[in-house]
Amino acid sequence: MSFWEKIYLPAVLNGMRITFSHLFRKKATIRYPETKREFAEIYRGQHILKRDDEGRERCTACGLCAVACPAEAIIMVADERKPGEENLYREEKYASVYEINILRCIFCGLCEEACPKEAIFLTKRIVASDYERDEFVYGKDKLLEPLDPEKRIDISKRETKEVLEFKKDKSKKHNQ
Amino acid sequence: MATFILYKTILASCILMLSLLVAMYSTLIERKVAGFFQDRLGPDRAGPWGLFQPLADGIKLFFKEEFMPNTADKFLYILGPSLTMLIALLTSAAIPWGSNLVINGKEYPLQVADINIGILYIFAIVSIGVYGIMIGGWASNNKYALLGAIRASSQMISYELAMSLAIISVVMMTGSLSLNDIVQQQHGFNWNIWYQPAAFLIFLVCAFAECNRSPFDLPECETELVGGYHTEYSSMKLGFYLFAEYINMFISAAVMATLFFGGYNFPFMDKLTLSPNAMATIGFFVLFAKITFLGFVFMWVRWTLPRFRYDQLMRLGWKALIPLAILNIVITGIVILIR
Repeated sequence: MSFWEKIYLPAVLNGMRITFSHLFRKKATIRYPETKREFAEIYRGQHILKRDDEGRERCTACGLCAVACPAEAIIMVADERKPGEENLYREEKYASVYEINILRCIFCGLCEEACPKEAIFLTKRIVASDYERDEFVYGKDKLLEPLDPEKRIDISKRETKEVLEFKKDKSKKHNQ
Repeated sequence: MATFILYKTILASCILMLSLLVAMYSTLIERKVAGFFQDRLGPDRAGPWGLFQPLADGIKLFFKEEFMPNTADKFLYILGPSLTMLIALLTSAAIPWGSNLVINGKEYPLQVADINIGILYIFAIVSIGVYGIMIGGWASNNKYALLGAIRASSQMISYELAMSLAIISVVMMTGSLSLNDIVQQQHGFNWNIWYQPAAFLIFLVCAFAECNRSPFDLPECETELVGGYHTEYSSMKLGFYLFAEYINMFISAAVMATLFFGGYNFPFMDKLTLSPNAMATIGFFVLFAKITFLGFVFMWVRWTLPRFRYDQLMRLGWKALIPLAILNIVITGIVILIR
């Protein structure tokens, strides 16, 4: 070591200069409740079961999402649509029970990729915290999109280019 | 006589309150400074800019469970933090906080005790500070606490030597041990730092070691010794130890400002034609600004430098600082002789 290295002082002063310059840097802190971190447009948060434009549930309980789910977080029970329920369910079969265990879910988005009916999507919403583990098994009451057109949740950002192309094809019954 | 005692009592309690208040808020400032150095904001939840954070911390400490190890020596266990706190507060008595106040034609010095051996008094009291840490560490009957206490005592004794040697050159220049004389000699901008930069540097380094501050915080280095000498302490006893550290920091910054930065003197003070009381007030705030700056340096260094290893600490103290201080004394002596 040279003399200047041995007496530490130049290195110490340089270090102090560096730390001092940090005083005036932009701070990384986000004051959480007042300001919130901006999410990416395609953030994968809490799921939603979409309704179509007439307010009918899109899900037909085919079970592809449950098969695709790597965390095995999805459970569903299929049921048959009764006459008179056409305004509730889009097709003859629907999911009478649809549960996602939010604690198991890894928010990978494979369920929405697997869904042939554009029924399930991940949204920008954050899963609320809770004290009980049981509360994290979200049923249809929490997952289903509200009927009120005002409260509809926009998932257009998460629809991939392929999906959008596919949706234009009106020959498919799915898109009518 | 009665007014004298009354005045001194008021002054002493004011300084006591001031030290406690400063210590309280230096905990917040330390955390704020640490945050800013690390590109964070520091505590800002309790009150505006986190101003009530020290209160919250204090209340928390009071309501924490008082835990005492079964094997601890009960008397010494309580004596340790009390002694540390007491000694930390004692030193402020000899520091001149401003020039004299004039009330009804009588002069009142802003110094609790203008003793003619002011520096010696401070050094003597600071040396006793080792006992608080040593007793606390020993009484907890815990290996980490004991190791921390041993480190603290050997470190403080080693660095006290270099510290006092650094001061000798200042004393040689002034020709007096009274802090009041030393401050008055640095009138205006005639500060000791311009004549004794080496002494100041040595004193600064030693002050870090004396206050157990980083980079010399080996007595409480959490990576090796859990919490060092205060491992077994909880509640307000722990609070006393931490509090005393900040008071020590405040006092050593005050001593440094007094010895090297002209105390309450400031440049062009003679050009101001103000009443003595106004001058004393300005002087007090000037001194306070200097103390604040030096306190900031303490924190600045803490959040810049990593901790020294124990052998490096001892080598720096004995093989570098003490010879340097002695050399400084010799050079100062020669210069004084020649002039």
